[in-house]
Amino acid sequence: MYSQTVMEHFTNPRNVGEIPDADGVGQVGNPKCGDIMKIFIRVTDNVITDIKFKTFGCASAIASSSMATELVLGKTLEEAWKLTNTAVAEALDGLPPIKMHCSVLAEECIHAAINDYRRKQGFEPWAEKTHDELVDEHSHHHH
Amino acid sequence: MTKNVYLDFAATTFTHPQIVEAMLPYFTESFGNPSSIYSFSDRNRAAIQKAREQAAAVLNCAPAEIFFTSSGTEADNWALQGVAWSHENKGRRIITTKIEHHAVLHTGHFLAERGFDVVYLDVDAEGKISLDQLKKAMTKETILVSVMFANNEIGTIQPIAEIGELCRERGVIFHTDAVQAAAHVPIDVQAMKIDMLSMSAHKFYGPKGVGVLYIRKGTKVGNFMHGGAQEKGRRASTENVAGIVGLGAAIERTASHMNEEGKRVAALRDRLIAGVMDRIPHAKLNGAPGAGRLPNNANFSLIGLEGETMLMDLNAAGISASTGSACSSGSLDPSHVLMAIGLSHELAHGSLRLTLGETTTQEDIDYVLDTLVKSVARRREMSPLWEDYLAGLKKA
Repeated sequence: MYSQTVMEHFTNPRNVGEIPDADGVGQVGNPKCGDIMKIFIRVTDNVITDIKFKTFGCASAIASSSMATELVLGKTLEEAWKLTNTAVAEALDGLPPIKMHCSVLAEECIHAAINDYRRKQGFEPWAEKTHDELVDEHSHHHH
Repeated sequence: MTKNVYLDFAATTFTHPQIVEAMLPYFTESFGNPSSIYSFSDRNRAAIQKAREQAAAVLNCAPAEIFFTSSGTEADNWALQGVAWSHENKGRRIITTKIEHHAVLHTGHFLAERGFDVVYLDVDAEGKISLDQLKKAMTKETILVSVMFANNEIGTIQPIAEIGELCRERGVIFHTDAVQAAAHVPIDVQAMKIDMLSMSAHKFYGPKGVGVLYIRKGTKVGNFMHGGAQEKGRRASTENVAGIVGLGAAIERTASHMNEEGKRVAALRDRLIAGVMDRIPHAKLNGAPGAGRLPNNANFSLIGLEGETMLMDLNAAGISASTGSACSSGSLDPSHVLMAIGLSHELAHGSLRLTLGETTTQEDIDYVLDTLVKSVARRREMSPLWEDYLAGLKKA
């Protein structure tokens, strides 16, 4: 059911762990749905110089976290903000339709971490889409 | 090292080679339609009769009370719908439980949409119904009580004889879905006062695609499959002769060593349960302990983990298991059984079912334990839910 890339990132997830005194922390999901994702970022000169994650969820949630953190590491905050769930899913060589919400969580979690950083710096947070909007946006491609 | 440890016998068993051998002649040399009058079909008619006798002997009923179906699911559909449509003038209440297999549960929903008053009994933390609640639910309009013999997820065995007694006293038909129990634990439809019972061959080392509905003589049950006059005009469709032969041979074979095999497998299950409880911190056993559950069933909730993650780690080590987590089921809600026994979403998502069978060895159990202990430690380490859980414990 999963691509080899998903399996690889599930078996050997990149960037697992925490950053003590992280510059930004995002957490999304809830235990009711069976997914919680937490991402920690270190920001140096507007660039994500370190990133770590912890995820409770299924294989695709873990693989999506791993891939998303890989994709934004070394990027400016503006570049990282543009990471979409479809980009995460494509980098994983696809996710089963029922698991697309895992890639949505990864996108949201990066946004949450960036906005946490912005708030801590005294900046206005950037406008986030809701989970439902993102899922809707995605599901139009499928149905 | 490619290990292959199958621990999902509640999902399905292999067809035992002896059973396959018994079935083979009915695909090739003896292929006649049992409904044809020529003597070429005699052997097939006799083979079906023999299977009927083999099934009847295990349930302690008459062969004429055994009706072959395509599956346990068909048997459940037939039982509920057959009684519903034949008794709707007497009453429209059907009592079942919250932990039934979807074959019963969804048939219940179907009938409820068509005006039946379907009541779903609660279960306690071990998964048992309350006889008091059942008694109170049994109004004059009650036409059927359907309570599963043993649960497919958590293995809990219901007080079947007591339920049978209550139904008999009140003249209500009692159906039990015994798909997980048949040939694995003793069943006596006379002593237990069971009027209808569903079972399926592929849960006791027979082939897939064949089941039984036992219907006590004199029980009014309308037909579900319409067509030819097979099964004494009660269930249309050309008989699955090889499948029926396989079901008969399999139920006889599996039931004949039920006690020894039950003890052997229960000892391995207890080794597994003890290993998980000793070696995995904060593990929870779901379902009833000891003799209150099927001898081959173990079901755990491991807080901080998501079931599919465990399945995938076990799978990578060659182990086949199952979970009640939403992620593996294709829906967003975790198992209705785990929710009915009162688990939180977190615990329901972190469930793991391991069901043992004839080929399970102590070596398998020890290998699974080693693999699981490693997986749980590693995945908990990366789980924010586990971190929150530990923080909650410290606070408390």
